[in-house]
Amino acid sequence: MLHAYLENTLRYDASLCIGCGLCSQVCPHGVFDQNGRVAFLVRRESCIECGACQRNCPTGAVQVDSGVGCASGMIRAALSRRNRVPRVAQAEPCCQAADR
Amino acid sequence: MRKGSECQCNLRQDDAIAGCGPRDPASRDDPPKRESPTAGTPTTMRATSIITLADRWDHFLARWGVNRMGHKVAPGLHVLGSPTPASPVFVTANYTLSFDALRSALAGMDAYLLVLDTHGINVWCAAGKGTFGTEELVRRVEATRLREVVSHRVLILPQLGAPGVAAHDVKKRTSFRVEYGPVRAGDLPEYLRLRQAGKEMRRVRFSLSDRLVLIPIELVHILPRMSPLVVLLFFFGGTLASAGALSVILAGTVLFPILLPWLPTHNFSTKGFVLGGLVALPFALAPLLRHGGSISWLQVGSALVYLLVIPPGVAYLGLNFTGATTFTSRTGVRREIFTYVPVMAWMGATGLGLTLLLTAMRWLGGA
Repeated sequence: MLHAYLENTLRYDASLCIGCGLCSQVCPHGVFDQNGRVAFLVRRESCIECGACQRNCPTGAVQVDSGVGCASGMIRAALSRRNRVPRVAQAEPCCQAADR
Repeated sequence: MRKGSECQCNLRQDDAIAGCGPRDPASRDDPPKRESPTAGTPTTMRATSIITLADRWDHFLARWGVNRMGHKVAPGLHVLGSPTPASPVFVTANYTLSFDALRSALAGMDAYLLVLDTHGINVWCAAGKGTFGTEELVRRVEATRLREVVSHRVLILPQLGAPGVAAHDVKKRTSFRVEYGPVRAGDLPEYLRLRQAGKEMRRVRFSLSDRLVLIPIELVHILPRMSPLVVLLFFFGGTLASAGALSVILAGTVLFPILLPWLPTHNFSTKGFVLGGLVALPFALAPLLRHGGSISWLQVGSALVYLLVIPPGVAYLGLNFTGATTFTSRTGVRREIFTYVPVMAWMGATGLGLTLLLTAMRWLGGA
């Protein structure tokens, strides 16, 4: 049976890593770990594409097509694209109650 | 606008609170890189660690989606306790639940709380949209003249702010070093003791209580849209049909979040199909059991309608819960949408077609 969450867009080029450790620090799912010199992927399939690692990687060693895995937001965006309504950063219901 | 936080700058001019006191920033040991040419002292607001009854009421309303975009704190620099220029600076969003989680976690501490304008959205969602981001952080550091207020150059950010903030860019542009604290504000005291976060502190969770608090907002979101259908079905389809529609709503918004980890399969849609199938069973079986041996085609048909309509209904609501969780990727959700939404649509359409057919047969046959 299909497991939709096994694949993602995370790409990591270890040759560019300077071992700053930021990616392992910011990842909320423990996708990266450090072995002292460089980062390495330990749980690639847990990546949720939040983009924290990419944003904080100073050398561009981590690349990910980041976005929010929110079906209602994506369906609504797909439906409203036809009307060419520019959507401002607005709260999805899912974003509203979270206290993170 | 907010309880627990009001401007105090002019009220306590002689106080020892940095930024409001008469001290000259230029006389500090650690020289600020740039002197602000603007006269006067940087403006701060006073915050407390106490969560009042009014705050709890505000949290309750936020959870129920009342005045959705109105749960805001004034952006800017808030002071907690009696901080000195050496006191730590914590950055947060201007959503009351975020701000209150931070200030209550820092009870008994002297600190600065730098509140970014995220338009009343929590840290993680705002970071994903970029409003809790490098630009806003840099702008806020400048606007509050933070360099004149504190002698150190460290900002402690919530870890979940990282999708919007590039630590190296902030360092370059403001000379402040970004330090990512734990995911949860509640872990801050331990984090500050060790000055580092353990692996547990760096992980998001999605515990039963995390899921339970989301139920009201799910209900408030779905009920108004679906209740006309429940009422309509009550008058034109009967009590059972109306109860079926209500069951879809309750299963999708209440049971689904609660049962999420225990529902089989990995995808939200299939979890929803499973739950919807279970919910549909009594509706499908009830008429058949009641009539015992003499089962008409009409009864089998209406049983089929429940089995065709309830599972995709619950599955759709389950799929829509992905955005509220802490572990779904956009790639995965997209795959789910393309794979399962057509199945849901076909099942729903078939169920609707069958309903129309059964209604026509009932009228024609007078059954």
